[in-house]
Amino acid sequence: MAGSFFQRLKDGLTKSRETWVQKVGSIFENQQWTEQTLEVMEESLLTADVGVKATQKLMDVMRKHTPSASEELTEDMPTRLRQAMVGMLQASNTEPKVPPLSVRPWVILFLGVNGVGKTTTIGKLAAHYKADGKKVLLVAGDTFRAAAVEQLEVWGQRVGVDTIKHRAGADPSAVVYDGMQAAKSRKIDVLLIDTAGRLHTKGHLIEELKKIRRVIAREHDGAPQETLLVLDATTGQNGLQQAKVFKETTNITGIVLTKLDGTAKGGVIISIQEDLGVPVRYIGIGEDVEDLQPFEPVRFVQALFEK
Amino acid sequence: MFESLTEKLELTFKRLRGQGKISEKNIDDALRDVRLALLEADVHVKVVKTFLESVKAKSLGQEVLQSLTPEQHFLKIVRDELTGLLGGEYRELDLKAAPPVVIMLVGLQGSGKTTTLAKLARYLKKHQKRTPYLVPADVYRPAAIDQVKILGQELELPVYDSNPQTSPVVICKQALQEAKKRFCDLLLIDTAGRLHIDAELMQELATIKGAVNPHHILFIADAMTGQDAVNQAMGFDQQLGLTGVVLTKLDGDARGGAALSIREMVGKPILFAGMGEKLDALDPFYPDRLASRILGMGDVLSLIDKVQQNFEQKESERLQKVIQKQQFTLEEFQLQLQQIKKMGSMGSLLELIPGGKKLASQVDADKAENELRRVEAIINSMTLQERRSPAILNGSRRRRIAQGSGTTVTDVNRLIKQFMEMKKMMQRVSKGGMKSLFNRMPNPFH
Repeated sequence: MAGSFFQRLKDGLTKSRETWVQKVGSIFENQQWTEQTLEVMEESLLTADVGVKATQKLMDVMRKHTPSASEELTEDMPTRLRQAMVGMLQASNTEPKVPPLSVRPWVILFLGVNGVGKTTTIGKLAAHYKADGKKVLLVAGDTFRAAAVEQLEVWGQRVGVDTIKHRAGADPSAVVYDGMQAAKSRKIDVLLIDTAGRLHTKGHLIEELKKIRRVIAREHDGAPQETLLVLDATTGQNGLQQAKVFKETTNITGIVLTKLDGTAKGGVIISIQEDLGVPVRYIGIGEDVEDLQPFEPVRFVQALFEK
Repeated sequence: MFESLTEKLELTFKRLRGQGKISEKNIDDALRDVRLALLEADVHVKVVKTFLESVKAKSLGQEVLQSLTPEQHFLKIVRDELTGLLGGEYRELDLKAAPPVVIMLVGLQGSGKTTTLAKLARYLKKHQKRTPYLVPADVYRPAAIDQVKILGQELELPVYDSNPQTSPVVICKQALQEAKKRFCDLLLIDTAGRLHIDAELMQELATIKGAVNPHHILFIADAMTGQDAVNQAMGFDQQLGLTGVVLTKLDGDARGGAALSIREMVGKPILFAGMGEKLDALDPFYPDRLASRILGMGDVLSLIDKVQQNFEQKESERLQKVIQKQQFTLEEFQLQLQQIKKMGSMGSLLELIPGGKKLASQVDADKAENELRRVEAIINSMTLQERRSPAILNGSRRRRIAQGSGTTVTDVNRLIKQFMEMKKMMQRVSKGGMKSLFNRMPNPFH
């Protein structure tokens, strides 16, 4: 299992590796530590969307490690960079947190800006839990976007789980209320709640999210057990702003980083970890159900640097 | 962020106050500030590099405009350069082709293709009197076809009845025939989101292109995209030949630096900007607006423009002469007040003045505005002669003015006293022109 997971992760991340880290590796072959090589490294970090602040921090670490004499070759530069990156990702993420599902229903609320892959992530996660023998129920909380309900329903049918829905344009809190009731009466293990994509800058839509959370909390003590911010790996520095606002207003407990199978590197999660300490729970590395993987910092960075 | 670049540049340029030219020595720190702002705005590292080089070349040795502080002048250069790179003027979508004109929307998953399709259909129907026919050709994402159909209903536009079991190529071919039968002169094709490195799906797009010969292939780019924007747009361009770009989700707080990267590295014009979830939230793309946004300083820069428009160099020079010749009168003062009013509210204006941000936060802008109005009323109630030679203002004249302007004699007295002080001070500092007038003018409204 571990092997196949690793292979899949590596396959999914192949592009990122080739375009970025392998380049970094080859640049430093037979080079000596100079300010110039460090600058190249800085540039490649910025290109990976790591962000100015986090990059600066990583570069500080690298500079501290710079041998005093320049006779040492730079072959171990990627290794040191890797260690530094893992260090940053692990700061608040000492062990991968597998949801304990200690209560029933275990409620997971998904939110994020438009087009990041919330519905698809829910579909994949539903398949995981279903395969695990759990009773899963979906709630079509995106009543705004055209055909969003239908999209989640198709996933439900594919996976073989029910979807609680209202008509388009209905009050999302009402759907969520129905979902909570259904989850309790049907003795559901995991309740996955979809919400409409919303920009973090739209105050009234954030209020709508808060209301949804209030409804959930009122119907079930301690719920939602998990509030996941879905973040697109192609997102640049705005990702940090998104995470900040959603954390402040809706208390997100984790992040799902999607679309890592492209050439985007998702470096912004390093900034997010650094600044906010919100752990990454899952990463999406492809279209298939198995392509949603638990996030593990060491393996993640390792796979990035794998030759 | 908005404040920080302005403030940073203010600090950076503080040392250079009183220097008339931007020199190599003092520009490097400023360029560093801009570099940071651009990187935070997601402009590609390579683009940042070349951009800074050209800004440096442009600014060196430039005379600082009389009406601007060095940092404002520098920012103006930066923004103008940025606007130029983003395409200068706004460009209309060219639809000159034999009908039906075919437009294909392509892009990554979740970039906003389907929503943009509907917005574009609405826009072109309204502004270019076109009859659009919508074609949902995304057979992969669940309910993507339904989404187009619902949007079509909302807009009362015909939608091709795509069968998800059919290949997208066949769908597009048949839809084109159908559009001809219906006399629709615009065919808008929604394609499935895909990665530019997905060879199989990219081939599918190339096949559709071959089958329906689109007049436009528009790349739909999410304004929040980071450094990867260049890879994506290049991938699509190399395999399909893009004709333009639509930037979506600009209603958030993303700076949209990706647009600059795409424009610079792929060279395709940005045509529209998506500004919200509603179907009418599609604007033509204005390069100057995005330039200000990338720098995070839209308001200040537009105020700089206002200052330039309102305080023309000539006017500034004329005023300087007036002051030097000790001819500064209340009439002149009234003229200046009118110019200030043309530029906007007191609060926003105060922010424009170097270091004025702090001042603006201390001063109650509304109160200042009221004061300004009162001062104007007082001057308006004076005769021309009184404005030209305030010395003749005796007790009875002052009473009349107070009555005429709805103020008290004390108010009139205070204004005249302040004006006299101001006149004296101006003669002392008359060398610096309008700039130093702004810098050192005491607040006459307190």
